Amino acid sequence: MEKLLEVKNLEVSFQTYGGTVKAVRGVSFDLHKGETLAIVGESGSGKSVTSQSIMKLIPMPPGRITGGQILLSGDDIVPKTEKQMEKIRGKEISMIFQDPMTSLNPTMRVGTQIMEVLIKHQNMSKTDAKNRAIELLRLVGIPMPEKRVDQYPHEFSGGMRQRAMIAIALAANPKLLIADEPTTALDVTIQAQILELMKDLQNKMDTSIIFITHDLGVVANVADRVAVMYAGQIVEMGTVDEIFYDPRHPYTWGLLASMPSLENDDKADLAAIPGTPPDLTNPPKGDAFAARNKYALAIDFEEEPPMFQISETHFAKTWLLHPDAPKVEPPEAVKKRIRQLSSTFEKPVIVKEGK
Amino acid sequence: MAKYIGKRLLYMILSLWMIVTATFFFMRIAPGNPFASEKKLPPEIEANLNAHFGLDKPWYAQYWEYLVRIVNWDFGPSFKYKSQTVNDLINEGFPVSFLLGMEAIFIAVAIGVILGIVAALKHNRWPDYTAMIVAVLGISVPSFIMASFLQYFLAIKMGIFPVARWESFMHSVLPAVALASTPMAFIARLTRSSMLEVLANDYIKTAKSKGLSRGVITVKHTIRNALLPVVTYMGPLTAGILTGSFVIERIFGIPGLGAHFVTSINNRDYTVIMGVTVFYSILLLVSILLVDIAYGIIDPRIKLAGGKKGE
Repeated sequence: MEKLLEVKNLEVSFQTYGGTVKAVRGVSFDLHKGETLAIVGESGSGKSVTSQSIMKLIPMPPGRITGGQILLSGDDIVPKTEKQMEKIRGKEISMIFQDPMTSLNPTMRVGTQIMEVLIKHQNMSKTDAKNRAIELLRLVGIPMPEKRVDQYPHEFSGGMRQRAMIAIALAANPKLLIADEPTTALDVTIQAQILELMKDLQNKMDTSIIFITHDLGVVANVADRVAVMYAGQIVEMGTVDEIFYDPRHPYTWGLLASMPSLENDDKADLAAIPGTPPDLTNPPKGDAFAARNKYALAIDFEEEPPMFQISETHFAKTWLLHPDAPKVEPPEAVKKRIRQLSSTFEKPVIVKEGK
Repeated sequence: MAKYIGKRLLYMILSLWMIVTATFFFMRIAPGNPFASEKKLPPEIEANLNAHFGLDKPWYAQYWEYLVRIVNWDFGPSFKYKSQTVNDLINEGFPVSFLLGMEAIFIAVAIGVILGIVAALKHNRWPDYTAMIVAVLGISVPSFIMASFLQYFLAIKMGIFPVARWESFMHSVLPAVALASTPMAFIARLTRSSMLEVLANDYIKTAKSKGLSRGVITVKHTIRNALLPVVTYMGPLTAGILTGSFVIERIFGIPGLGAHFVTSINNRDYTVIMGVTVFYSILLLVSILLVDIAYGIIDPRIKLAGGKKGE
């Protein structure tokens, strides 16, 4: 499959009064054409910064990409100027944000906000753009688009606004759509509709999607592959099956165990990961998760674990996979779901830096 | 829309009636009368004068007579300026004050908004600091001091502008600038903070993610949303500049309406006080109505029709 996006050792930091915050610390992943990658992690894990860096939307200053490459169809966008980025944003990569209530301009007609993209990137005339905007609104499932196109965002409901945002994002047929928690602000029934719509449109338009969320239920629903982020790093990455049925990193265990499930009886308390994420102004030595990890080994506090490869597609960054590590049992809630996957290697393999 | 304006006009008439009533009675409560001057007048003459201006009638008759006159747009004769009616004074003075006021409002809004936008776009860099220093100066220096400074440096020392009087456009520049300095500074600060607020909004990020250029984002997405507080300020600003111009008019020797307003109070020139107050009130009420209509045009979320809530 063709690689659309390759992120290599991306490092992003923010200059603040308290010092330099290293928000993203060496993130690497790739994305194929038509694929959906979910990035999960708690607040402050760097998932939004990573995705916004791909469009260079982080405010610079105080933000800065301090290292790494972002290759879009083989072309590095890190050194590109703002003027060059304008040709990429909206056309090659577009983005949907978390809160549809605030992400549309309240004083501009919805149709005009869609037309802006078409006029900028497709060189359409006003009339053509308006007709296309009506078509797009119909495509994202907004009834009576001829009437809706002239309305203002406050005349739309939350779900409809997110549909309109999707119409804006897909207007210029981008190759990559970044959805930054697109369903977090919506209620559950609307969530399902929006996810359904996104999957549907992805099939029609063959767009790749990076889906940022902290909702593992949503991940299972939409993603092909999952990257779990913690403290600005990817700690585990694999296919949906690998992450849900054969997780290897204790942080992933924690996330899965803390997910309420219908099988849980009401006797057992819902598990939680104790503590808070580390301060990334001074990232801790060794494994950033060690302090909150009940499976932490002595070496976790000394040396950062390398990336281990568990299968062709499955990677995890934990010392527990080292041949010398003691055998540990994942928590009960996770153990219940573990299945033997056929693709797993005999033994985890250390990934050499710059593979 | 027509229904809304009709309703608003009705309210305006009601407010106007309240203003007229309050002014009428407060004015009477104030000690002294129009004819109390240096020389004591013989009682016969004073009685004659009182009869001539209708002051010998009971207060309710005077009040009623006055209301009838206002409805007919007749403010009566001035007590002090013999042979001139209040309507004459307004017709002579107002065009001058209006021109001066409009010039000042134009300067205040144009420069204030531009300074605010530049400051917000170059947030925490030197253009921001420069604009805000200008703004602080403008707010803290009273207009009469600004006027004297302008007169001293630009007129007397450099001779670019005439010192005073009201003859040509050049004569209007200094008073307009002096009058505009405080509101301009205020508008600059208002625009800056409101721009910064709008720039932090998600929809600006959306606009950026669409690949729009910085210029397009500023003009089409930011300024319009940022101008609402400035429009709000336009109502009181118009009133403030029109009524506040009397100091500047005094300093520059401009024959405007403001001067009459102040001297009439000292003179207890009842009809002039009433006439000018009513006239200014109408101006203020109209400017507030215009501001409200402008709201509806700028922000579609503000519905003017009223009544229907939530859709």
